[in-house]
Amino acid sequence: MKILKIFIIVFLTIGFSHLKSDENNELKSKVLKNIRCLICQGQSVYDSESEFASSVKLIVNRKINEGLKEDKIYEFLREKYGDWIIYEPKLTKNTLILWLLPLLLFFLGGAIIVSRINTKKL
Amino acid sequence: MKNNFSLFAIIIFLSFCFVIFYKGLNNPNIYSPKINDKKDLPIFEAKDFNSSFYLNSEKIFEEDIFYIINIWASWCAPCRTEHPLLMKLSKNQSIKLIGLNYKDNLNNAKKFINTFGNPYSQIIIDNDGTLSVEFGAYGVPETFLIDKNKKIVRKFIGPINKEIVEEIKLIIK
Repeated sequence: MKILKIFIIVFLTIGFSHLKSDENNELKSKVLKNIRCLICQGQSVYDSESEFASSVKLIVNRKINEGLKEDKIYEFLREKYGDWIIYEPKLTKNTLILWLLPLLLFFLGGAIIVSRINTKKL
Repeated sequence: MKNNFSLFAIIIFLSFCFVIFYKGLNNPNIYSPKINDKKDLPIFEAKDFNSSFYLNSEKIFEEDIFYIINIWASWCAPCRTEHPLLMKLSKNQSIKLIGLNYKDNLNNAKKFINTFGNPYSQIIIDNDGTLSVEFGAYGVPETFLIDKNKKIVRKFIGPINKEIVEEIKLIIK
């Protein structure tokens, strides 16, 4: 009975640690794909093998292991290198049009389609 | 009437798109890092070049003077170009130079210092490049000027030249 208990505890511990490391790996890939390699031509840090990218990969790994959330990692990198380092632009006064224009076009298109259908019905 | 309104709406929309794209095309798409932003000095611990001891940033930057952090490596050719200027700058009493040895072989780095001279009051080691990222560095060589309030006030990407040395001297005056 005692052996069974120990076995279950060991099994659950290993299972949870695997689950945690899978989660961390997934987060790491997601974050690295969203970071621009600043010294490469059109490559993300995830795709690059440059010295800069390899250092950033280590930093991101360290931050994830320290328990930092995705947005906190981006915040850290933004503070060091500015907004350009992140592919996905932050919603600011300068990027407002970039975020709102697709939505605006979507609703405008929808309104045109609805009005066309209504006029055809009449 | 309805047709006129549609035409007007289309013209307005196209003009709007034209203005946005025109403004976008006028902006240069070459990335230029901000080098004049004041940034806080990172808090870190790094291995000393001459011993196996670890030093913390408070200890390294404890004096109330200007500091220069210079990222260098023995394998970096532009570092050799800027080295004589760093040697000259190190003679200035109102500034201390800290060397950050970047992803280097320790023996080669020591040979480099023995051959070309040591302008640094302290050298710390950054084996994996993560400390350089903490400073916001792109590569090697790179130089950061730190003021008396422990803020990074200037960043010089690439080897320093005579103009940069003059600029540093003007700032620390």
